Amino acid sequence: MEKNLNKKPMRRRPWALGVVIFLGLIASGGGYAFATQGVQTNVTGSAEQIEEGRKLFLANCATCHGSNGEGAIGGPSLIGVGAASVDFQVGTGRMPGQASGPQLYKKPVQFTEEQIAAMASYVASLAPGPAIPSEEILRTDGDPTHGGELFRINCAMCHNAVGAGGALTEGKFAPSLDGVTEKHIYEAMITGPQNMPVFNDANLTPEDKKDIITYLKYVEQNDSVGGLELGSIGPVAEGLFTWIFGLGFIIAITVWLGAKAN
Amino acid sequence: MSELEQYSAGSRTNIERPIKDPGLEPHRERMTDKSERHARNAERQVALLFGLSVIGAIIAVWGFFAFPIVGGDLTATRNGAFWMGIGIALSLLGIGFGAVHWAKTLMPDAEVSEDRHVARSSDETRAKAVEIIKLADGESGFTRRKLIRRSLYGALAFFPIPAVIIFGDLGPSVGDTLKHTMWRSGTRLTKDPTGIPIKASEVTIGSVFHVIPEGLSELEHHKLEEKAKAAVLLVRVNPSDLKEDPAKAGWSYDGIVAYSKICTHVGCPVALYEQHTHHLLCPCHQSTFDLADHCKVVFGPASRPLPQLPITVDAEGYLVAQSDFLEPVGPSFWDMRK
Repeated sequence: MEKNLNKKPMRRRPWALGVVIFLGLIASGGGYAFATQGVQTNVTGSAEQIEEGRKLFLANCATCHGSNGEGAIGGPSLIGVGAASVDFQVGTGRMPGQASGPQLYKKPVQFTEEQIAAMASYVASLAPGPAIPSEEILRTDGDPTHGGELFRINCAMCHNAVGAGGALTEGKFAPSLDGVTEKHIYEAMITGPQNMPVFNDANLTPEDKKDIITYLKYVEQNDSVGGLELGSIGPVAEGLFTWIFGLGFIIAITVWLGAKAN
Repeated sequence: MSELEQYSAGSRTNIERPIKDPGLEPHRERMTDKSERHARNAERQVALLFGLSVIGAIIAVWGFFAFPIVGGDLTATRNGAFWMGIGIALSLLGIGFGAVHWAKTLMPDAEVSEDRHVARSSDETRAKAVEIIKLADGESGFTRRKLIRRSLYGALAFFPIPAVIIFGDLGPSVGDTLKHTMWRSGTRLTKDPTGIPIKASEVTIGSVFHVIPEGLSELEHHKLEEKAKAAVLLVRVNPSDLKEDPAKAGWSYDGIVAYSKICTHVGCPVALYEQHTHHLLCPCHQSTFDLADHCKVVFGPASRPLPQLPITVDAEGYLVAQSDFLEPVGPSFWDMRK
């Protein structure tokens, strides 16, 4: 018993403090390194992916965008445009561009998802820029009413109140948003592709963007309460329909009224 | 001189008709006149159309009850309106088409012409009328008593004046409300619709903000009128892209420019901004403004640039107006420069 009383417990030994501090440092430092590594993988990708992306970039993009993405004749600089921009432009088939003109069109996608991700990682490695949005923010469980209000204030003047698209100047146009994926809508807002302005997170917060996407998916998936939509493009289509069918019916009746019975 | 030239235009009345009046077409009998069987068929067709009208009315009533209006369910409202519309249309058209078909096939269709009555009254009636007027003049003294006659003319001339003057009170006077907006020196630029103030650092190049003046959301009266005048589009462009007039050089802040969103043509909101061309397009009549060049009109019916709101930043870094717009916003009007 006396022996036991004289003996100090293990945790009171002078070296114990050193062990605790050492273990604590390993836990926090290692955990931090692990956590940051996770984020970086998401944002810029591994070294191999970046290298793969660089090769694809040199083969497919460098003619217009320069061999280091610095821009050249026919193509803007890609330094700082971010992974989101690459994912949008290549993921919707707009890039690689087919021909120069007022606007680049959507067309069948030219690369696999892995290739697009590699090129996005490469461009993101040039300079910081908007990242590809997370799955979390792309779920369409936001508030469609608030999203609809924001859409009408910020987007509807070009894209039409239900996203049917519309004309701009000199051959350019705002495309229809029907069938565009949540990710590409989000990426378009943060990067401002072609002549679309940028809607950064200070202007429309990620929650606002989620609400807007929820609204767009709501109008896409639900019937128009007004009946036949006629493309939702407003007075032109509706007026033409009335001219042809409404006036046609009235003219037919007038002819019948004036004709003699047989 | 030919015969026609002897007369001044419109004075000649007895020219021979260049085309003879062919008179009435010979009457042609219809099938229903010739055959009783056809007449009976036509009778049935008319009855069928009237019957369709009854069915239409029943459809309309059914549509009313089958699709009750439930709060929030717009599809039910649409379906109800659709079937009631179809039913009422069928009901009205059934009666109309039936009546016309009846008249065309079964009622007599022989054309007859009737000459007009002579418009002139008989000499006897005319003489009597003159006699009555003279008698009334004599008895009332209208011609004889000059004082009464002239004072009556005066009264009749003055009587309508109040009615004209009253028009001056139609509605409140516009005053100078067309020339001022809510913007004052130091008013913060805030986001539409939240009213959150905007920092200059938040407006990145290529960004577009839809802006309302600080305090607009709290207004109790005339909120929409004020918004309609004060709405602003805020854009940041690369400062080297701006072609700034030296007189207005201080109106922008590091490439951030603010312009009235109300078109100077007929007042539609101009907000279709193209990031690379810096064109602002009005969706109503395609007026196009060059945002990089003080919103000069480059295309379309607008006749003057969009007014620019002079802006700067306050001590906390928020964007504020330097003053109100220096010219009226929206459609031009005739005394706008006064």
